[in-house]
Amino acid sequence: MIREITLGQYYPVDSVLHRMDPRTKLFGTMVFIVSLFLANSLAAYGVATVFLVLVIRLSKVPFSFMIRGLRAILFLLLISVSFNLFLTPGTEVFRIGFLRMTWEGLRLAGFMALRLIYLVIGSSVMTLTTTPNELTDGLEKSMGFLNRVGVPVHEVSMMMSIALRFIPILVEETDKIMKAQMARGADFESGNLIQKAKSMVPLLVPLFISAFRRATDLAMAMEARCYHGGEGRTKMKPLCYHRRDTMGYLVYAGYLLAIVLLRHFS
Amino acid sequence: MGIIRASRLIYDYIRRDEDDHVEEVSRAIDGLDLDIKAGDFVAILGHNGSGKSTFAKQINGILLPTEGTVWISGMKTTDESHIWDIRKTAGMVFQNPDNQIIGNIVEEDVGFGPENLGVPTDEIWQRVDESLEAVGMTAYRMKSPNKLSGGQKQRVAIAGVMAMRPQCIILDEPTAMLDPNGRREVIRTVHELNQKEGITVLLITHYMEEVIEADRVIVMDDGRLVMDGTPREIFSRVKELKSYRLDVPQVTELAYELKQAGVDLPEGILTIEELTEHLLPIFRKANAL
Repeated sequence: MIREITLGQYYPVDSVLHRMDPRTKLFGTMVFIVSLFLANSLAAYGVATVFLVLVIRLSKVPFSFMIRGLRAILFLLLISVSFNLFLTPGTEVFRIGFLRMTWEGLRLAGFMALRLIYLVIGSSVMTLTTTPNELTDGLEKSMGFLNRVGVPVHEVSMMMSIALRFIPILVEETDKIMKAQMARGADFESGNLIQKAKSMVPLLVPLFISAFRRATDLAMAMEARCYHGGEGRTKMKPLCYHRRDTMGYLVYAGYLLAIVLLRHFS
Repeated sequence: MGIIRASRLIYDYIRRDEDDHVEEVSRAIDGLDLDIKAGDFVAILGHNGSGKSTFAKQINGILLPTEGTVWISGMKTTDESHIWDIRKTAGMVFQNPDNQIIGNIVEEDVGFGPENLGVPTDEIWQRVDESLEAVGMTAYRMKSPNKLSGGQKQRVAIAGVMAMRPQCIILDEPTAMLDPNGRREVIRTVHELNQKEGITVLLITHYMEEVIEADRVIVMDDGRLVMDGTPREIFSRVKELKSYRLDVPQVTELAYELKQAGVDLPEGILTIEELTEHLLPIFRKANAL
């Protein structure tokens, strides 16, 4: 049961978007999110929709994968839509008891729902086309300026990539410990929430001890291979921009400009 | 002076309580003198707690001597300005294959060492190609390490060390967690590196079968060097080995017992072929009578 956890949600196909530099994709996602908050008219949302559909087409990832992420925000979506529908003052459409639905509310709720849905789909496009490793690399490089204010960017990204490497190992280990405990009569399934939480203790303690032991070993192995922080380190796969990235940035600029213009002239 | 040299080496594990008072001192290495020639395949044998792993960690400066000195191709391990040169010269492979692979893809892990050394990108690729080829793992270069068998993971770890272009590789019980197939795979790889690339190998183990083809065998017990010689010399001293709680290979033991029972056999037989070769004439003679 525990093995089914997959990390990230990378969808391995070969497309322009997959080959793009992770920094370009990170920046693009940011532009898209900003544009969603700038858009305030039907036309602007139309432009955003066209942009999103084009990007999804380019990514070659099936649409069903894109909307998977929506399940997680379904509840949030329902709440925000219904609040907007019934609590916005304005011209009444109809009322049930004390609940009044207004035209303004309808409009606001529609935009809110679109905004949330596009937000999730937009960031899914990035996580579906970028491996966790590339993402870490991209973050390290584009956040590099934070180094100057004392944020250990290289260290954090190294931690992230090591975590990515060890999560499957620790998941497997959890599985093993669980089975060992079950063989000795441990019960992880029955009881209420508190009892279940308590039954996790004999699982977590050995897991933590083993994780610490692995960490010590790994640190020693890294030192033995001359790891001494990010200083003076070269990269085997350095990030570099290609023509497709320049194109990407140009498209972003055009898109953002369109959204801003629509906001001012509508 | 050889590539690895230790002189009157002493190492104490010191356990302290919360107030930094010394609670317990246990001596792991006790006055070790050793000189290892470049290009040799040296095996270190010893029971658990004999100090052999502690010694391995002394060689590339992960642990520093309490007393005495260790030199790696002329550099003292206590000299901090040379610590990266020492680790580059003497690469180390550890016991647990999972806990020494850093990269999420095989080729990225092999490139980790050269990246740390500041090798230019083009040369990193060249080194990674060569190292993967040398351990026969080129076909797996794009795989995730989690998908490999134990023996394959250890070969990746060896490639990771090779990519730093070391003169000497120390393997600290590299086969302890592997199945017999993986064990053979790793030992074969190490022998190839020793013969083809002329890398000095220091293999720490407690499997006797892995020691037979070494150039030199060193036995440690209780932090001291107790036996030193060729495999044949060492394995002819069956009784002594047993006193250090070590086993001898089955054939050697059989030959030893036969000799004790009065059969005319030479000392230190290491392989089945050797034993049959010596036994056949004896059988023929017995039949002729």
